[in-house]
Amino acid sequence: MTTMTLDSQASRLRRTHGEVIRKSRMAAFWPLTSLGIVLGYLVYAWIAFDVSGVFGAADWNRGVLLSRDSFHHKYQVSYSARQDEVSVTVEGDRNTEQDPLPSWVTTDGDSYRVSLGGRHIVTFATGRLDYTAPDGSTYAVRVTQDGVHVNGYRAFLDDDNQYRFVPEEQSGNANPLDMDELVERGILPEGSSFAPTKFEYAPDFYKTMRVTRAQILVQRYFFGWEYFWFGPKSQLHGLSTGALWDLAWSEERIDPALSNAEFIFLEFWRNPDWQHNEMFIALLETLLMALLGTFVAAGVGLPLGFLAAANFNPIFASRMVLRRLFDFLRGIDQIIWSLIFIRAFGLGPLTGSLAIAFTDTGTLGKLFSEAIENIDSKQVEGVRSTGATAIQRYRFGVIPQILPIFVSQTLYYLESNIRSATVIGALGAGGIGLKLVQSMQTQQDWENVMYLIVMTLIVVVSMDIASGWLRRKLINDRG
Amino acid sequence: MNTPLTIGQLQSHFNGMEQRRRLYTAVFLGASLIVFFGGFSIAEDLNSGGFWQGLAKFFDFPSQIIQDTFAADDWLITVLEYSPAMLETINMAMVGTLFGAVMAMILAFCSSRNLGILPGLVPVARRLMDITRAFPELILALFLIYLLGATPIPAIIAVMLHTAGALGKLFSEVNENIDRKPLEGLQATGASWLQRMRFGVLPQVLPNYCSYALLRFEINIRASAILGFVGAGGIGQEFRTAISWGAGDKISALFLLLFLTIVVIDQISSRIRRNLVGGAYQMA
Repeated sequence: MTTMTLDSQASRLRRTHGEVIRKSRMAAFWPLTSLGIVLGYLVYAWIAFDVSGVFGAADWNRGVLLSRDSFHHKYQVSYSARQDEVSVTVEGDRNTEQDPLPSWVTTDGDSYRVSLGGRHIVTFATGRLDYTAPDGSTYAVRVTQDGVHVNGYRAFLDDDNQYRFVPEEQSGNANPLDMDELVERGILPEGSSFAPTKFEYAPDFYKTMRVTRAQILVQRYFFGWEYFWFGPKSQLHGLSTGALWDLAWSEERIDPALSNAEFIFLEFWRNPDWQHNEMFIALLETLLMALLGTFVAAGVGLPLGFLAAANFNPIFASRMVLRRLFDFLRGIDQIIWSLIFIRAFGLGPLTGSLAIAFTDTGTLGKLFSEAIENIDSKQVEGVRSTGATAIQRYRFGVIPQILPIFVSQTLYYLESNIRSATVIGALGAGGIGLKLVQSMQTQQDWENVMYLIVMTLIVVVSMDIASGWLRRKLINDRG
Repeated sequence: MNTPLTIGQLQSHFNGMEQRRRLYTAVFLGASLIVFFGGFSIAEDLNSGGFWQGLAKFFDFPSQIIQDTFAADDWLITVLEYSPAMLETINMAMVGTLFGAVMAMILAFCSSRNLGILPGLVPVARRLMDITRAFPELILALFLIYLLGATPIPAIIAVMLHTAGALGKLFSEVNENIDRKPLEGLQATGASWLQRMRFGVLPQVLPNYCSYALLRFEINIRASAILGFVGAGGIGQEFRTAISWGAGDKISALFLLLFLTIVVIDQISSRIRRNLVGGAYQMA
């Protein structure tokens, strides 16, 4: 075939089937245009949400602190000027006072020597702290009448609101040095913060020190959750699993009123640091909210679903009223319902379950009425032909047909409600959600937050799995 | 072969089954009643206010809202004043859904066994989707608010990750149900993997993807509004302020806005979805 004939064929095709070519050109046009629209929208959103500003201002250090605090506990060695005493505690909790001192803290009665690990050594006594870095450089921090001095230098705030530094014996503020110069001369460690009444330094994530006029504080972090099993005051703290096991079966009772196994369990359960019992109650509250709410919704939704189905309720007006009621209940979010209910019923699981019940009555009612409208009428007619009463017709003609939908939808909503019960709880209804938000807002006990999150996730995921399994089993059993 | 049952044996067998069935029903009903009444009384005990006292006060708050609304003279202006907040919430949901859907698409292609990327990726992608789906948005948002400050961005990221997991699962189910014939046809012409996906898979799955993503967008508007309650901006934050002040006219204005938005978006998206998939995926 020659080029001539090919060309003529192409032009003939274009003439006779031009719309095909045009169509494919249009098909190429739309994806590109919509991509352009989306990109344009994203640029607008970037500006509207000030993404670069937010990320620029973000405090990434907080993220590091947060993840450290979630999995570590800190020992703090602190000297309080007001009480003139030194204490070694876990997380600064007075109940955890360490006696005897841990092996990395030694004292000669006057001064304390704290080994922070990795050849970082701090010694301190009243009004003074000496820090020796692994490279041998030393930093002497002194608390004086007018503030905190480091290696013979004092800090002051200059006219530009910047900290500047001069030798302590100098009376005026002439010829001040700045932070970089001090670090260069080996007077300050790099990355420390030095203000007229405060010196702070964290050599790495596992150690920090802070000197103010009121307090000298040295902290050392260790991996793990301390006191998770038994509280600091418990005599069981520090025992190994084997020792505990032996103790549980030994005849000698620790507490004459209780068997040892019971005693061990109660010591764990009422651990004042981690409050396992309260956590359990909070989890139970959340589960209860979801269970009760879904249960009521399914129980109320089913009869209402019958009343809203065209094949069971011939009165159009009442069906319309019910349908709009469903829309209304569904349309208002659970959160808003719960806020209304908190006003009337106060905080607690009842409020949460009512909120869930209200929304899901709408959803399930609608689903059930649709399922009822879609049933096969032959089965009902068959039952009717045997002379069955209306109730028997429903019982044997309708219920068996909608039962799988009823069960599977109810379980499905139960699953999703456990998730929403956490959210409703967080906004005031109580349960694990509220505990979580409260412990997050105090922004210090991140290990408690992590514990709560882990518990929540375990509950959510295990309920998902359980209900999925039950749903499959029930539906398969019924074909 | 078993000996045939006599009528009597059959009868007693049937009766036994019937009785067992009745027993199951009775146990189920009994358990339900226990859950209901037991649960109710526990919940009642744990609640700070009682159910029956609360019932009397039930209409106090709604009626206060209605009274405040009629007492306010510039209520419509209040509604208008809050529309930027509503727009912000819609934008949060939109951006979250867009990015989430793109991530979901990538995850779905990695987790569909029949599309033959790397078989080793399939379980990884699936677990990733399970985790992002199970993680409650609220917790993630609270963490991110701590890091990034109280702005809409934490909410967007939280919504996005949750969307990636939820949509990814649906998308991968769509992927696994495709007709393989177009793929084989393309393979026969010597098409590359990308070309097979572009011309064999995408035309089949894109309408369903869009329909699911639209459905998710509706859900995400609600989720973004809720995340506003914990400080992520948008209409949720305004809501929280209005409720804590007890300003009935503002509450009703915000309520109207949110309700209207949800209804309008619901209508638009269900129309688009009907066009896309012929009404087959109305209730996903």
